[in-house]
Amino acid sequence: MALDFGVFCKNTLDGEVVDHCFSAVFGLAQNSDPSYLDWLMKAWGWTLAVAGLGLTIALILGAVMGTLRTLPDNGSLSRWLVRLSTVWVELFRNIPILVQVFIWYHVIPAFILPLKSLPSYWLVSIALGFFTSARIAEQIRAGIQALPSGQRAAATALGFTTAQSYRYVILPMALRIVIPPLTSESMNLIKNSSVAFAVSVPELTLFAMQAQEETSHGVEIYLAVTLLYALSAFAVNRVMAQIEKRTRIPGFIVSNDASLAH
Amino acid sequence: MLSLDLSFYNWELFANYILKGLLFSIQLTLFATVGGIVFGTFLALMRLSGKPALVYPSTFYVNTMRSIPLVMVILWFFLLIPMLIGKPIGADLSATITFIAFEAAFFSEIVRAGIQSVPRGQGYAAEALGMTYGQNMRFIVLPQAFRNMIPVFMTQTIILFQDTSLVYAIGAYDLLKGFEIAGKNYGRPMETYILAAFTYFVICFSLSKMVRKIQAKVAIIR
Repeated sequence: MALDFGVFCKNTLDGEVVDHCFSAVFGLAQNSDPSYLDWLMKAWGWTLAVAGLGLTIALILGAVMGTLRTLPDNGSLSRWLVRLSTVWVELFRNIPILVQVFIWYHVIPAFILPLKSLPSYWLVSIALGFFTSARIAEQIRAGIQALPSGQRAAATALGFTTAQSYRYVILPMALRIVIPPLTSESMNLIKNSSVAFAVSVPELTLFAMQAQEETSHGVEIYLAVTLLYALSAFAVNRVMAQIEKRTRIPGFIVSNDASLAH
Repeated sequence: MLSLDLSFYNWELFANYILKGLLFSIQLTLFATVGGIVFGTFLALMRLSGKPALVYPSTFYVNTMRSIPLVMVILWFFLLIPMLIGKPIGADLSATITFIAFEAAFFSEIVRAGIQSVPRGQGYAAEALGMTYGQNMRFIVLPQAFRNMIPVFMTQTIILFQDTSLVYAIGAYDLLKGFEIAGKNYGRPMETYILAAFTYFVICFSLSKMVRKIQAKVAIIR
């Protein structure tokens, strides 16, 4: 079985080979019909958009919920916040991501009407973001709890309020510790963004399914899509590694990576 | 305000639409767990063998599986298996093969960590007693490693049960599909999605509570 990557230069309408393979992507030939390569690139853009938005939501909500789960028991407000964040985590990590996507797409807009005007990829991003935030919250909680308890005690002894001790003592250390697990959660989010096919967001997986049927060059199409997923996840991995490197305080926190440890 | 009516959800609907899907999801989870642990153990032993001819292929396999979205793996197998054997196979069988192959990669990482968590002295002591590699693994290292791994295995199985819903991509009839078809036939799509979420939640939440209890019980005290 020989692979024929020429399929990517074919016109998506009639299957003829187009003269400019990259036509629509770079705006070279405005009037020519798009090729499968153009479609693939657009689909990649959708995957990155869905995953990028989802990651933003997941990191913000995950950091907030993870922090709330570790609040000290000093009053009814903090007790309620701990309860809220516990329910949040249990709710969003015990329902499959695909079911959550369907709920956000088919059910919630019927109750929260403004959501109806949002484009569907937003709803998928929200679903991905909430789902991943539960996992990130658990990592952040573990990171905070891994700190020696003397840190919190020292902040209290200096007269810091709870908010101040989190802002100046606990979070700056905990957030640095959790970068490696956050990296793998971010890569998981990119992979999980493939469920967007189920609500017809024109991203990589949907492209793979449709182009496979149209061209009968499934292997070539799937290979390209698989490589783009791997490339995207790898890019996230490198960006997070850079962030870890930039934010590291020498001699202060021992990295998980033995080669970097002092 | 729109209201939800769940009164249509009765035993008859459950027996006609949901049960079949639930059984398939459970069956898929069990096959993938057992198959995944068996093949995963072999992969882990290959990776720890120190022989390049075994280490490189197994490492490549595990890393590849772990870097591709599960939906794409499901699509790949559904495309490739018929090409290789020359005749179409059903979505159910394809899903089962895919999940065993996919989970083997994840279970192998758990087994590898589990084997490495057994103190080295155990393996050396077995060697000193004249045990072969096979006896060493069979009687000394693996029993301890598996005991350490039980909670992680169970957590992975819960994730696996959630992941089985992704067979939606090839149209297999699982728990989610059962709810979806029931929703279409009864004209109540919103309610059935909520019921699906509720069902998955109850199953996964109770299982994860159970795991926490077992975790405390099986821990080896040293």
